[in-house]
Amino acid sequence: MASIDTGGGEAQKGKPKKQTLRVDFTPMVDMNMLLITFFMFCTTLSKPQIMDIAMPTDQEVDETEVPKVKESKAITLLLGEDNKVYYYLGKLDESAYKDYNTLKETTYSTRESNEGLRDILLERNAEASAQMRALKIEKAEKKVSEEDYKTRSREIKGDIDALTVIIKPTKDSNYKNLVDALDEMQICSVGKYAIVDMTEGDYFLLENYKTKGAFAAANLAPQK
Amino acid sequence: MAKAKKHSTVIDMTAMSDVTVLLLTFFMLTSTFLPKEPVQVQAPSSVMEIKVPDHNVMSILVDLQGHVFLNIDPASVRLGALDKMAEEYGITFNDKQKKAFVEQPFIGTPMNRLPGLLDLPMLEQDAAMKQYGIPCDSLNNQLARWILNVRAIDEDRELKITIKADQATPYPFVEKVMKNLVKIKENRYSLITVLKGAPEGF
Repeated sequence: MASIDTGGGEAQKGKPKKQTLRVDFTPMVDMNMLLITFFMFCTTLSKPQIMDIAMPTDQEVDETEVPKVKESKAITLLLGEDNKVYYYLGKLDESAYKDYNTLKETTYSTRESNEGLRDILLERNAEASAQMRALKIEKAEKKVSEEDYKTRSREIKGDIDALTVIIKPTKDSNYKNLVDALDEMQICSVGKYAIVDMTEGDYFLLENYKTKGAFAAANLAPQK
Repeated sequence: MAKAKKHSTVIDMTAMSDVTVLLLTFFMLTSTFLPKEPVQVQAPSSVMEIKVPDHNVMSILVDLQGHVFLNIDPASVRLGALDKMAEEYGITFNDKQKKAFVEQPFIGTPMNRLPGLLDLPMLEQDAAMKQYGIPCDSLNNQLARWILNVRAIDEDRELKITIKADQATPYPFVEKVMKNLVKIKENRYSLITVLKGAPEGF
C-alpha cells in the first residue's frame, strides 16, 4: 500500500530499472499515538470536580420553620489557623464558657490515617456511616437502583439521631480548610451540616482556650 | 545445500497510521479546552466525583489577594449581560471592544476600566486584569450586578454558579464572595475541587 510502482512493464534494456518507492509509516504512527495520548489526558484528567453546597438564607425565618437539632447530637467545628480545628459538643452554657477545656483541639485527617477530625466524627456518627457503607456496597453490587440509593441515603443521613455538624471558619483559616471540612462530611456520611459565621461566644472560647482560662477570668462570658 | 529463501520483514504501517489518524481526529474534536484563566489557582482536593458541567456555567475565580474574576459561559449571555451593564453604568462600547469582550473569557475589572482594558492586545489583558478584579464591596457591588443581569437574561436559571479559589486563599476573601451570593438569593452553588481518592474503606 505504501509503495509506489515507478517502473513500467517488463524490464527492458536501456530502460530505467524498475524501482519501488517505499515510505516507512512507523514514525508517523509513533507521533500519532503520542498525540492521541495527549488528547486523551487532556479530556479526562483536566476536568475538575464540583462540590455542591447550599447556604442558609440571610433573611429572617419563622421560628417554627427552623429545623430542630438534638443538642447531644450537635458538634461545632471552629476552623482555626495553621490547619488546626477546635471543636465543642452540644450547646454551651455559662459554666462551659468559664472552663477552657470545653474546646478541644484536633487536626485534619489525611487520606492515609483517620486520626484527628475523621475519628471524632466517625465515633459520633457510627450508625449512619455503617449504614451508608453497607448501602454503598449494595450499590456497587448493583442490588439497588440509582433512585433507591438516593432516597435511602437521604433517609439515613436525615435521621433524627444522625450527627449535626456546624462548621465555623475563623478569619485565620483558609479555603482549603473549609473544603477539607466539607470533604470530611462526605467521607463520614454526615447529612446535616452548615457553614455558619463565628459568633462572639466562639471567639471568646477560642481566646479562652489559647490563654488557658486567663481570658475568662478577666472578661465576662458573652450572653449568647 | 539449499539456501533458505530471504524473507523481507517490512510491515506495512499504512493501515495502522489510518487508524491512529482517525482516533486522533476523534479526540481532537471531542476535547473542549478550558478557558484560559487570568490567574493561576490551585484548587483544593476533595473526594467528590461529580464533574463540572461543560456549558452554562458562571464561574467565579478568587485569587490569593482576593481579586474576583467572573466567566459566563455562553458568550451570547456574556454579551447580553455586558449590554445591560453598559446601560446601567452609562458606558458605551464600540464594536471592536465588544468583539474583544467575546474573545476574552474572563471579566476582571471595574466597569469604568473595561473599555480601556478591551483596547489592549489580547496577550496583555490578563496581566492588566490581575491588579483589579471585579469590585464586590457593599458600596460598589458590581459582581452582584453582573450576576443579576445574567439572571435577567437566563430566566430559567440554567446557569450554574461555581466558585474556584486557590487552596491557600484566606477564608475572609471567599466568605465575601459567598455572602454576596447569598445576598442576591443565590444560595446554591458549587465549589470547584480536584479529585483525590477516598480513604480506604469509604
